[in-house]
Amino acid sequence: MALLEINNLSVNYGAIQAVRNLTLEVNQGEVVTLIGANGAGKTTTLRAVSRVVRPREGSIRFDGKDITKMAPDAVVRIGIAQSPEGRQVLARQSIEDNLELGAYLRGNRPEILADIRKMYEMFPRLGERKAQLAGTLSGGEQQMLAIARALMSRPKLLLLDEPSLGLAPLIVRDIFQIIANLHTEGMTILLVEQNARLAMQASDRTYVLEAGQLTLEGNSRTMVDDPRVMTAYLGG
Amino acid sequence: MGLLEWVKQALVSYSVPAVAARRCYGKLPPPRPPRAVPALEPTLTSTLPAKPIKRKKKVNIGSWIFFAVVLVFLIGPFINGLGVVLDPSKGTTATSVVLGVLPNVLTQGLILGFVFAIIALGYTMVYGVLKLINFAHSEVFATGAVVGYEMFTILQNVSMNPYLKLTLALLVSMIIAGILNVMIERIAYRPLQGAKNKLVPLISAIGVSFLLQDLLRLFEGIKRGQFNLTYPIPVELTAPLALPEWVSNLGISLSVKETLLIGIALVMLVALNYLVNFTKMGKAIRAVAQDRQTAALMGIDSNQMIMLTFLIGGALGGAAGVLYGMQYGTVNAYVGILPGLKAFTAAVLGGIGSIPGAVLGGLVLGIIEQYLGTVPSLLGGLLPTTDIFSPLKLIGAEYKDIGAFMVLIVILIFKPSGLLGRSTTEKV
Ligand SMILES: Nc1ncnc2c1ncn2[C@@H]1O[C@H](COP(=O)(O)OP(=O)(O)OP(=O)(O)O)[C@@H](O)[C@H]1O
Ligand SMILES: [Mg+2]
Repeated sequence: MALLEINNLSVNYGAIQAVRNLTLEVNQGEVVTLIGANGAGKTTTLRAVSRVVRPREGSIRFDGKDITKMAPDAVVRIGIAQSPEGRQVLARQSIEDNLELGAYLRGNRPEILADIRKMYEMFPRLGERKAQLAGTLSGGEQQMLAIARALMSRPKLLLLDEPSLGLAPLIVRDIFQIIANLHTEGMTILLVEQNARLAMQASDRTYVLEAGQLTLEGNSRTMVDDPRVMTAYLGG
Repeated sequence: MGLLEWVKQALVSYSVPAVAARRCYGKLPPPRPPRAVPALEPTLTSTLPAKPIKRKKKVNIGSWIFFAVVLVFLIGPFINGLGVVLDPSKGTTATSVVLGVLPNVLTQGLILGFVFAIIALGYTMVYGVLKLINFAHSEVFATGAVVGYEMFTILQNVSMNPYLKLTLALLVSMIIAGILNVMIERIAYRPLQGAKNKLVPLISAIGVSFLLQDLLRLFEGIKRGQFNLTYPIPVELTAPLALPEWVSNLGISLSVKETLLIGIALVMLVALNYLVNFTKMGKAIRAVAQDRQTAALMGIDSNQMIMLTFLIGGALGGAAGVLYGMQYGTVNAYVGILPGLKAFTAAVLGGIGSIPGAVLGGLVLGIIEQYLGTVPSLLGGLLPTTDIFSPLKLIGAEYKDIGAFMVLIVILIFKPSGLLGRSTTEKV
């Protein structure tokens, strides 16, 4: 049984149907990439899993439990964390506070502090700036903070929405290195990316989303060279 | 040229410099060549980034005039007072009179300011998380004042340490006011959270405010059969405090209750600061205030944080009610209206949403009000009775209430984001 199972998911914003009949699964320990052109519905899918938007139809199961109607905080509690698109950090709070709030639902203080130290090791640039307000960080640093903060809840499943968005190539490489490291540590990740080639290289399986519908899926290694992936991007 | 012609010209030209120029030179300056319209987008060929277009800031003459009038009102009495001083025929005592009362004006202003500040915190915190002006907050304050009255009345004939009585009164009214505020949120605001029009919850707030005023009046009318309630404060608390000689030489006198008021206010401010900035709960409340969705992704239940904010804000309002009743003696069902509006002004003055801003705004307003209520009429009293047109004769103590609202208008014109507030256009 897969860790995350999305069945026939449809999401509407008013009259706009952003996601249509999407069925997708993520197995334990897998990195799965979801790619697609702008507006394809990738962010919407992740938001539906985190329950910040309400699905119109379909079901989402996590770890055997139906989470389709759960509250957003309950979803975090059972082990899903999201680093949202556009590096949403708490701009007026320090790095340290952001990380601490990432562990909001956890109780064990010494463990939380140990995890914060671990994040500073994983992202040394954050460690150098503990007290700096998150809003004043550079784009790359904010992205690192958003990922670190998501990890602070010790999730079983990490949702990453365009972690490389707007970052310089060197930082993008760093971010993908971190994703690879998390992968080897056994973290399950659902990765949304525009940077299709890099994302497919970093993942086990890939889904291609076009205008709210899945059009292709398969093993990332074979899909990297699939011309249809490119076509999906170019809208052909 | 006829006057009429001149007025017409002036109206046509619409601008003061043009009129002035016409007056000086007898003819209008040549019309300015039309300004080149800057291209909206940089052309593709340009390699340099487009420079931001600098526009001359338009000076709003009306607002400057208003600002000047306000200045005259606020500082004018002082200058006028100096005039009185400098003119020996009008008496030389003015300086010493003003300087004599100033320390006390400051102390009393601070006391009033602390009350405003604590009420203002309720407005500003709720605004922070909901972007809503909780107009019912003034009635939460009034409820606190009335509950405090009931507590002091119940305890009146109980032999008990007066400080303990005050503590009890404070605690009970904080609890009741806090719960009341939570209920208001639950019943009157939460169902409207999805409303597209921001005015809907605001109108609901105003409705709750009226409802509570009349419920309080009904309650006290039935229970006590009277409108104004005189706080039965233990005599030990009203006694003057023995101050060191150099302090009383400054003309400062403080009673026990005033000292307690300042102390309690400071303790509450420090506690709130700790709560909001250093506890997990406070950090989570701030997270919800900044970005509800990101907070939700962290597992923070925003409704729970909103509830806590209303609880804390309401408890502070209730405490302020008791302190107000203790300090100023009588309360009634409508006691919240003016202090509430002024505290709201204080919150705007400090920058709505900013906690330090609310405190600063409260203190500034308290001092301004105390000053306007004391000094001008005092100086006016020194003038000969024949001098009926002096502004000092015209500004009586009742003008003190104007101060707060003038400050509000000036702030809205010149610095809408308030003294310590972030500008609203800034993202984050
Ligand atoms: N809050 C909203 N209200 C209305 N429509 C929305 C909203 N959010 C997204 N949409 C629409 O839903 C569709 C899917 O959006 P979504 O953000 O999921 O796309 P995406 O695949 O993440 O795109 P991108 O790569 O640009 O991030 C788009 O057409 C978008 O305009
Ligand atoms: Mg997106």
